[in-house]
Amino acid sequence: MANKVIYAVYEDPEQLKDGARKLVSSGVRVKDVFSPFPVHGIDPIIGIKRTRLGIVSFMFGFFGMCLAVIGIWYFNIFDWPMNIGGKPSQAMYKNLPAFIPVIFEFTVLCAAHGMVITYLIRNKTLPGMPARNPDPRTTDDKFIIEVRTAENHGHSAEAISDLLRTTPVFEINERQY
Amino acid sequence: MHSEAAIREPLILGHKTYHDITNDIVGPIENKAPRGWYILFTISALIALYGVGCILYLISKGIGTWGLNKTVDWAWDITNFVWWVGIGHAGTLISAVLLLFRQKWRMAINRSAEAMTIFAVIMAGTFPMIHMGRIWMAYWVFPLPNQFGSLWVNFNSPLLWDVFAISTYFSVSLVFWYIGLIPDFATIRDKVTRPGMKKVYGILSFGWTGNAKAWTRFEEVSLVLAGIATPLVFSVHSVVSMDFATSVIPGWHTTIFPPYFVSGAVFSGFAMVQTLLLVLRKVMHMEAYITKKHVEYMNIVIIVTGSIVGVAYITELFISWYSGVEYESYAFINRATGPYWWAYATMMTCNVVSPQLFWSKKLRTNLAFTFFMSIVVNTGMWFERFVIIVTSLHRDYLPSSWTMFHPTWVDVGVFLGTIGIFFTLYLLFARFFPVLALNEVKSILKVSGESYKKEAANHQHH
Repeated sequence: MANKVIYAVYEDPEQLKDGARKLVSSGVRVKDVFSPFPVHGIDPIIGIKRTRLGIVSFMFGFFGMCLAVIGIWYFNIFDWPMNIGGKPSQAMYKNLPAFIPVIFEFTVLCAAHGMVITYLIRNKTLPGMPARNPDPRTTDDKFIIEVRTAENHGHSAEAISDLLRTTPVFEINERQY
Repeated sequence: MHSEAAIREPLILGHKTYHDITNDIVGPIENKAPRGWYILFTISALIALYGVGCILYLISKGIGTWGLNKTVDWAWDITNFVWWVGIGHAGTLISAVLLLFRQKWRMAINRSAEAMTIFAVIMAGTFPMIHMGRIWMAYWVFPLPNQFGSLWVNFNSPLLWDVFAISTYFSVSLVFWYIGLIPDFATIRDKVTRPGMKKVYGILSFGWTGNAKAWTRFEEVSLVLAGIATPLVFSVHSVVSMDFATSVIPGWHTTIFPPYFVSGAVFSGFAMVQTLLLVLRKVMHMEAYITKKHVEYMNIVIIVTGSIVGVAYITELFISWYSGVEYESYAFINRATGPYWWAYATMMTCNVVSPQLFWSKKLRTNLAFTFFMSIVVNTGMWFERFVIIVTSLHRDYLPSSWTMFHPTWVDVGVFLGTIGIFFTLYLLFARFFPVLALNEVKSILKVSGESYKKEAANHQHH
């Protein structure tokens, strides 16, 4: 039997959530959901874990802070201490207040860019990447649930479609893949 | 489903569907631009060209072509720099601070306000660069190994803090803006029919799919970026104010400067947002999305920040007398009654008196009056920086070096030029980029849309 992929198209995020809930409670695994904007509350229904990007951002920020502290220490304390207005830069701890602004800015710089680059790579969204949404209407006004028969051996494509028809679905498309 | 109190005014007027929102925003990009756009673009581009000419003249001749002299050695250049950075702050405030506070009205205006931020920061960055005189050595502001020692930059200096603050601010704002743009470029990519446009927006959209995990990540990234952009925006103008506050010049050496500059920045930035949005909503027919209520909210921010600025001016004046430092008191007496009294009076009228008119609901919901006020506020804020900088410098400790500052045509040309470049960039943005955050506006449609709110209210009555 050829594997099929079923796209259930909805017109409203709440209806889509109802549909997804129904599928999951009948033991159907939902492959993915495509929508024009974030559908709040869909993640626990279809079993998506919380993203760890916040932690990534913290780690990049911490790295940036350390780099800034070490860099400034090397430039202005170790390698070339300057005597400005009779206030020589001899110890990091004495000069630290004046170094805080740059340390802060550099922390933010690394946290923001590190997180964003990770985000783009993890999402596979980079310049020139091809679009992979199944239907161009998902970026406009349609909400789509994707179900694959290969992942749901206990259910036939017809059974899944019948189940979907009990929800306020707009249309159901099936494709071989 | 989350529903909103009926007492809250709708943020999207009339009956719109998701598809209508797409059409309303992508339509103007696909079709020919309205006549008004061509007229505005031609005017701004001509001013921009004149400005570029003045900048090239300045770079080739040197900064002696500015009206600076031995006493007033910092004038319009730094005034314009601070003015432009300040204008930029409203965009970040709208997109980051209002996101943290979950203010839904930000969604219709954040995209264009952030675009304004980016263009304003570019204009601001131009001034320190051209002020270096030898702009080809601008990279010396970074700690790069060199053959003079290595001789490093001085991390104790507020001017260096500025380099890091402005460059971080610019790049983080740009990235924040672009992350929000990616899903909207995908909407354009999937809607347009012309193959060339499809290709270009396809590249710009980075292959965005809009699947559930991508949206989860998107929201996390937006939230974290907002969280770190908020202290960043406050730090940037604090650092700008420390360019003055850490120097021992009467009139500058004040601890009140950081909060005073930050609120002034938000104040002028919101005024610039009003100037731009009132034109944009008219020319691009965005009346259903950028409503009177949005304008009113922004005017309320203008009253609040304008009042903070007013309190700061008066505190500064009081402390100059109360401190008992005669140089400090003289600096302020001279500001108010000296040869630059007219600049001080302009600043006081435009920034302290005029925003108080917005206490009247009739005035703050009047669009023509708001537009007029937005110009008044930005004029006032330009004069604030001029007053702080020039009046503190022009009467030195030695009366023999007392003098006045007279701008030359290059000073004026460069300043006007940056306004021209700014508007040119903004008009290009309005023509080719989605001016509303489509995905965000769609997400509030069924909660804050006028027809949906009515439906929900009727539903409750039965």
